Amino acid sequence: MTERRAAWLFAAPALTVIGAFFFVPVLAAFALSLTDFDLYSLADLHNLRFVGLGNYIDILQTPLFWKSLLNTFYFVGVGVPLSIAASLGAALLLDSKLARFKGFFRTALFAPVVTTVVAVAVIWRYLLHTRYGLINYTLAHFGIAPIDWLGDPHWSMPAIILFAVWKNFGYNMIILLAALQSIPADLYEAARIDGANFAQQFRHITLPMLRPALLLVSIITVSGYFQLFAEPYVMTRGDPLQSTVSVLYFMYEEGFTWWSLGRASAIAFLLFALILGVTSALLRLGRRGGIA
Amino acid sequence: MKNPLWQKAVVNGLLIAGAFITLFPLLWMLSVSFMQRGEASTFPPPLLPAHATLANYHELFERAGMGRYLFNSLLIAAATTVLSLLFNLAAGYAFAKLRFAGRERVFQTLLGALVIPAQVAMIPLFLIMKWLGLVNSYGGVIVPALAGVFGIFLVRQYARSIPDDLLEAARIDGAGELRIFATIVLPLLKPIVVTLAIFTFLASWNDFMWPLIVLSDQAWQTAPVALAGLSREHVQDNELMMAGSVVTIIPVLLLFLVLQRHYIQGLLLGSVKG
Repeated sequence: MTERRAAWLFAAPALTVIGAFFFVPVLAAFALSLTDFDLYSLADLHNLRFVGLGNYIDILQTPLFWKSLLNTFYFVGVGVPLSIAASLGAALLLDSKLARFKGFFRTALFAPVVTTVVAVAVIWRYLLHTRYGLINYTLAHFGIAPIDWLGDPHWSMPAIILFAVWKNFGYNMIILLAALQSIPADLYEAARIDGANFAQQFRHITLPMLRPALLLVSIITVSGYFQLFAEPYVMTRGDPLQSTVSVLYFMYEEGFTWWSLGRASAIAFLLFALILGVTSALLRLGRRGGIA
Repeated sequence: MKNPLWQKAVVNGLLIAGAFITLFPLLWMLSVSFMQRGEASTFPPPLLPAHATLANYHELFERAGMGRYLFNSLLIAAATTVLSLLFNLAAGYAFAKLRFAGRERVFQTLLGALVIPAQVAMIPLFLIMKWLGLVNSYGGVIVPALAGVFGIFLVRQYARSIPDDLLEAARIDGAGELRIFATIVLPLLKPIVVTLAIFTFLASWNDFMWPLIVLSDQAWQTAPVALAGLSREHVQDNELMMAGSVVTIIPVLLLFLVLQRHYIQGLLLGSVKG
């Protein structure tokens, strides 16, 4: 057996799986988004009709789509900066020479990342309970009146954001911690000799050196947060007043509750375009800033 | 003069506060799961059960059928891990060490696919699974997960460090490519095998959206999917739901605690170099 034949033999099974169950479905999704595929087509393919960009036009005129888009932007716009700030804060603490028991703290802060999102969402639903929840109980000690976290449309998204930050910040914390540890110690040494205080060192050494890592975690987190689904599915079912319907939740309902698979495919592509647009804008912004 | 006591206190105090916030919900879940029915719905919220009971776990397994769901999860996660390791190891090695026409182009195409969210493929994938008769079967979840770009990438990164001379020498000695892979390459890849295995297992166990779509029949549901269903039905049963969360989370949390060094290593390999 030649090396070339062996190579194809080794690569072929994986490539077949990825081709058949990822590339083909992605192309099929685009084709599907141009049809009126629904429950009737599911029963008999003869009912399938080509509708061109009809689904896209239709969706762009659906108020719930815009609502879900706004909700998703709210989640991403507030949730991503908060998550990264929490990750950076935790990474700085773990990197500090003053910290004790670093191994324990790193594991403890990271633990929520490996938990099952559905299971911890169930826990948080009870922690956020208006009457019996420990969060309102704690807030009451500071004189704050009970908040109907998951029942009040003003508070439902903040509650989900809080939960998402708790669940996810550990992931970026590890990446940022590794980046912090790779900053040469003599940079800080030189700054200290010049009399720079902690804030100045952070601004002029730590932040610039972390730039590539921060750009990376921003892109990972933005594209992850655009795919919000399990949290509203378990905690609020998109309610109250559809204040937690995300684009993906909207897609799931269209596709697998109403079986409008053509429309759902169009929503999936709109979400894809959105993620691609935002992440490539971030990348361009990050690179341009890097030269300046 | 350096590092006054108060600075030490602030850093460690903040770390303790952070760890309290991350661990408290998990410890509270464990505590409530041992409470009597309705005990958690009192004010002020109790932190520990007055009379610890296993009643919630009994009901969970005997009436809600949690044993079956955990078995489904375990079977799906284990099969996905073992099989996808085989596929990804072979492909990752081929992309790293074996020369063939179009290698770089194919690999770049695979990497490009990483920008496409998995959900874009889910709707046609459901139709394909329906056509293959795999909806409401273990295969519906396992088959699409048999290979992944992330896994191939991870193996390729690692396998590139294998010296070519070693493989060349084996070829000169007359060893076949399969034998070289099994006896020389695989042992060298052992660290990445452990890393990729725990990554795949955790991702598969915790996965939600696709299993929710393809396993609508209760008999086949994984623990997270069943738990989400139970939590919609039993909104008031705090104690029962907490027991459900405990049995869903504990297996992956324990696995992580035992193998965390490998998990963190994989996380860094996958993201920093990607």
